[in-house]
Amino acid sequence: MRKILKYILLDILRNKIVLAYTLFLLAITFTVFGLEDSTQKGLLSLLNLILFIVPLVCIIFATIYIYNSAEFIELLVSQPLKRKNIWLSLFGGLAGALSFAFIIGAGLPVLFFERSATGLMMVLMGVLISVIFVAIAMLAAVSTRDKAKGIGLAILLWLYFSLMFDGLVLFILFQFADYPLERLMVGISALNPVDLARILILLKMDVSALMGYTGAIFKDFFGTDKGSFISVLVMLLWIFLPFMYSLRKFKRKDL
Amino acid sequence: MIEAVNLSKSFGKLRVLNNVTFTSNIGECTALIGPNGCGKTTLIKCMLGMVVPDSGTLRFKNENISTGWVYRSMIGYMPQIGRYPENMKIGQVIDMLADIRNQNAPLDEDLINSFGLRKLYNKRMGNLSGGTMQKVSASIAFLFNPDVLILDEPTAGLDPMASEILKEKILAERNKGKLFLITSHILSELDDIVSHIVYMQEGSIIFYKTLEALKTEVGETKLSKAIAHFMSNTTA
Repeated sequence: MRKILKYILLDILRNKIVLAYTLFLLAITFTVFGLEDSTQKGLLSLLNLILFIVPLVCIIFATIYIYNSAEFIELLVSQPLKRKNIWLSLFGGLAGALSFAFIIGAGLPVLFFERSATGLMMVLMGVLISVIFVAIAMLAAVSTRDKAKGIGLAILLWLYFSLMFDGLVLFILFQFADYPLERLMVGISALNPVDLARILILLKMDVSALMGYTGAIFKDFFGTDKGSFISVLVMLLWIFLPFMYSLRKFKRKDL
Repeated sequence: MIEAVNLSKSFGKLRVLNNVTFTSNIGECTALIGPNGCGKTTLIKCMLGMVVPDSGTLRFKNENISTGWVYRSMIGYMPQIGRYPENMKIGQVIDMLADIRNQNAPLDEDLINSFGLRKLYNKRMGNLSGGTMQKVSASIAFLFNPDVLILDEPTAGLDPMASEILKEKILAERNKGKLFLITSHILSELDDIVSHIVYMQEGSIIFYKTLEALKTEVGETKLSKAIAHFMSNTTA
């Protein structure tokens, strides 16, 4: 398995897209920190940019990469290798390369400008989000043979997690404004890893007061060590479940 | 050695394999014959674990194929249409496979040498002609000295010289007592290679006989004539 992983990593790193993504993240990070005089404000702007760009790049790149590796996968499957190991290596290669790109492009500069718990949380969340969206991409890619459909599905999923989910939550909040939904919101936020990441970072920034009463409830839950621990656990579930489901599908797939 | 029992597979509504049962033992050289789309390639892909059958079992030296994977180290497979990572070079693909398989036994590079592939080691797989691709596939199939060779239309697309080289190689390996499974539409070239014939139609095996038995049964000395004779009898 280490050998397959080696070939996949080499292939991804040779791909110029990952390099371009790293440089792009670097450019954004330095620009944002250069524009704002306080690093706290810079971190806030960066947070929104990163939570928008990282899922998009990860899910689209990973989906396309898997479709383009169809021949490679076919070749490996006819060799004495376990399908599980082939799929795990693909996941490891993609998640590793994209997390590495994030750490180089955004992680190290953030830690350079803002060496605090908030900065550290941001890097951790960026890496987790990268891995989560690679797992979701693998599920999208294994679900259909048609490349156009698969990439379309990946874009839709990104739209859902980045835009539509928040819209839905707002809709529910306004429709049921008369009911005490604050506690429910904590549960609902677990349904979207991007929101989870955002809340965890915002709470570290101590701007939760801006979020009103719900913010207080959030702080009550996510602000504690137990809350943070559970949230990270939920995010790990967001990696584990899509990946295991995609692995199950891959094992039964005809090539 | 290879044992298929009641193998069935459907792609959507299309039933590609219909309760296929057959066994093939070491030292035999079996030809899979049948019209286009009768399920030959699907059967082969099932044996390699590339296609997962809907029902039935496949055993390879008593190892169940659906759960095992080690058995594939004993198989050399030459696909009908080779599909390789386009941005890799011939040499890289061969080195990678050698690295992944990691066999201690020396590699059988006969075909690489006689096809003159070393000169082309720096060519990208995406730029190869169909025939060169077939040469690469054939070389890879024989590279690891496998006990079983599964060749899907081995000579399709090869030039006369290359296909003669490949046939020589097949004969040489067959005489070493290896198990061969060959599909082909060019029956004349199977004549001096195969010992058994499997004739498939619409996903079912119509007959499974030795070449001798088939020839004496229909009273022909050439395989092509025998099959033609058989086909005209069944359709009539």
